[in-house]
Amino acid sequence: MQSQMPLYPEQASNFAPQVDNLVYFLLAVCVFFATVICVAVVYFIVKYRRKTPDEIGVPIHGDLRLEIAWIALPFPLLLAMFGWGAAVYVDYRHTPADTLDIYVIGKQWMWKLQQPDGRKEINELHVPVGRNVRLIMGSEDVIHDFSVPSFRVKMDVVPGHYNTMWFRPTKVGKYHFFCSQYCGTDHAVMGGWVTVMEPYEYAKWLSGSAGSGDPVAIGQKLYSELACNTCHLPDGKGRGPSYNGVYGSQVKLADGSTVLADDNYIRESILQPNAKIVAGYVPVMPSFQGLVTEEQIVDLTAYIKSMKDQPPPTKPGAAAPATGNK
Amino acid sequence: MPREHYLNATYGIRSWLLTTDHKRIAILYLISVTFFFFVGGLFATLIRIHLLTPGGYLVTPETYNKLFTMHGVAMIFFFLIPSIPAVLGNFVIPIMIGAKDLAFPKINLLSWYIYLVGGAFVLYSFATGGLDTGWTFYTPLSSIYSNSAVTPAVIGIFINGFSSILTGLNFIVTVHTMRAPGMTWMRLPLFVWAHYATSIIFVLGTPVIAITLLLAGLERMFHLGFFNPAYGGDPILFQHLFWFYSHPAVYIMILPAMGVISEIIPTFARKPIFGYDFIAASSIGIAVIGFIVWAHHMFLTGQSTYSAVAFSFLTFLVAVPSAVKVFNWTSTLYKGSIAFDTPMLYGLGFIGLFTIGGLTGLFLACLGLDIHLHDTYFVVAHFHYIMVGGAIMGYLGGIHFWWPKITGRLYPEYLARIAAIVLFVGFNLTFFPQFILGYLGMPRRYHDYPPEFQVLNVMSTAGASILALGYLLPMVYLTWSMRYGKVAGKNPWPATGLEWTTNSPPLTENFSETPVVDWETYDFEHRPELGLSSTVPRKPIPAHGDD
Repeated sequence: MQSQMPLYPEQASNFAPQVDNLVYFLLAVCVFFATVICVAVVYFIVKYRRKTPDEIGVPIHGDLRLEIAWIALPFPLLLAMFGWGAAVYVDYRHTPADTLDIYVIGKQWMWKLQQPDGRKEINELHVPVGRNVRLIMGSEDVIHDFSVPSFRVKMDVVPGHYNTMWFRPTKVGKYHFFCSQYCGTDHAVMGGWVTVMEPYEYAKWLSGSAGSGDPVAIGQKLYSELACNTCHLPDGKGRGPSYNGVYGSQVKLADGSTVLADDNYIRESILQPNAKIVAGYVPVMPSFQGLVTEEQIVDLTAYIKSMKDQPPPTKPGAAAPATGNK
Repeated sequence: MPREHYLNATYGIRSWLLTTDHKRIAILYLISVTFFFFVGGLFATLIRIHLLTPGGYLVTPETYNKLFTMHGVAMIFFFLIPSIPAVLGNFVIPIMIGAKDLAFPKINLLSWYIYLVGGAFVLYSFATGGLDTGWTFYTPLSSIYSNSAVTPAVIGIFINGFSSILTGLNFIVTVHTMRAPGMTWMRLPLFVWAHYATSIIFVLGTPVIAITLLLAGLERMFHLGFFNPAYGGDPILFQHLFWFYSHPAVYIMILPAMGVISEIIPTFARKPIFGYDFIAASSIGIAVIGFIVWAHHMFLTGQSTYSAVAFSFLTFLVAVPSAVKVFNWTSTLYKGSIAFDTPMLYGLGFIGLFTIGGLTGLFLACLGLDIHLHDTYFVVAHFHYIMVGGAIMGYLGGIHFWWPKITGRLYPEYLARIAAIVLFVGFNLTFFPQFILGYLGMPRRYHDYPPEFQVLNVMSTAGASILALGYLLPMVYLTWSMRYGKVAGKNPWPATGLEWTTNSPPLTENFSETPVVDWETYDFEHRPELGLSSTVPRKPIPAHGDD
């Protein structure tokens, strides 16, 4: 049992002060209203307590002006709570450019985390202080949720697509992270520690690692093992589109719409190839559902990402033969 | 005691099991929901004892997960949702509007049997492997990964849904067609308005949960891909469908309790309720807006930012009709003649606890805060303030209020007041520390927690033991009073509703002749038969506009 009992967790990210200020505002408003009601109730029940057994109260049926007042007056306060809360949330959901991307895979009942250089951790996450960090999160089985109370952030980790969240650690230290979405037997112990380090220590930590391999290299190996390269030729003339220059660009689809080629798009294209067909190709790719693990998808994505700096084939759709997809 | 009443009109087990009398069916429900309350309460007790220490030594993780799941399922589907409507609503609504029975007495009995069949399936699930999915049955955990007895449980809840639908239908038709002469819509007791709003949710919402759980069951049994992405389904779709019912279901639990409070407060303040039409309209408002806020349970599932902002705004809107009720109840106390009988203690307690429960709902509706608070003990504390502090306090208040009518006898008043105070103290000690636990970041549904959370958990468990005592006391003295309580007479408080003009306990037909209503609801001034002073003790204030 600890000696002192804090009322809020440490503030260790850019969101922590924002969320705490917001909570102070709501607390102030709510304590005010709760106090007004409480004082009024206590005052009335003392002052107007029954004096004689056959006494009745004054027959007041209501007051339209009061009704309008107590509907209209708190309304701006509700709007303020809503607006302020929405502003924090929109900021939280909008990832800034230039983030340190970490892949997070949740599975019953452990977390696998992967640094950009391929270093893997289990139930541990090391990040440098002051740097925007983005977690790209997928699940191998049920819905999990990655939550760091000291950062005031959490996000569900849902099978079937990636969710992302971001934060900027502001204080060096070790902080609990938890699984916040009930996921079965060992839900309560599916957590670990985020270690926030000075940037040079983080760099030292990374370099001292027994790296489990470069994800781009692993991805490239998988790319040929799974025979992706037989259709997705670099010049775009295979049965599937080239991945040169694709990641991060807007891809034109067969139905005329465009889609941002991000991690979710690539993941979906591997597992459900027919969901989005690139313009100029036909859906012939088989699904790799069940043939690749979430971690392998992360490696494949890393490889495909690495191709974004290659020059894209000129006129991709037109140059391609009439069959093929993605 | 009157010579003949609904309890002694006929004898024998058949006369109960085949009854179509709404009052006897209410008693059947009273016994069955009380059973489920104690089943759910037993699970809660074990949960709180287990959480006394970090590390969780009492039960295994599997067992703990089953305990909180079965606690939720028993309490929500088999106690809270039917409690006030099927027990108190069933008993008093027909009498309140001057009817002999509900519109469809046989369907009313059928509802109870459906409830029993559904309950039997769920108990079978509890007994054969238990249930460890959480009461929310999130997929694909429930549909694929859980090793517990999910299938009988979802079948049981599916079946039980029809009980709610039929009860709702019965109430709606009854209120439309069976009101006594003079019982206009604007003379309906607010308890009836609250149940009318609840019935709308029963009829429109329950089919959705029934079909949703059936789909999850089909995915589990036949691997049809509705929700599991590996089969091409979408796990988030389940949450949309689930909360489309289960958020309005929160209002199913709280609206009837608000109806009870709207009866109790004018009775023990001996004056008309303040803003009758605003309270009535706010019940309907809550029911309607309640249908369009469901995705506020899903702010962190990855749903689009725009949709989150829209649902947050709609959720803030629901605060308005809820606040209107609280302000009007408080104003009803102004210049009243206030007595502190047991039902009134529950009524006053309800105002306080519902205010805290409602205001903390704003924290969760607020998008920026929900990022931090979602799925923590803050949520657990919030909804227990609404469901235990609100719905159960309302239920117990109503039981104490209408007990003399139901049984014809009074309970020991001072013991009952002590129990009400014990409950209030125990409740706050149990659940208030959980708000702080939540803000500190303790996630819900944890069988084990880091040691820094222990102090608050010990407080919560201490409170729960006081709370348990508070629930056992009424069990004892209410049972005792059925035989030994003082005879109540027609109208012991006195109160103004039609149900208080007939015998206690009432005849099987409720009234010997059809009553004619020629007074306004909650009017003490023009009712000499109540035996109260007809002269108003203080200078009356002219009413403004809306009455």
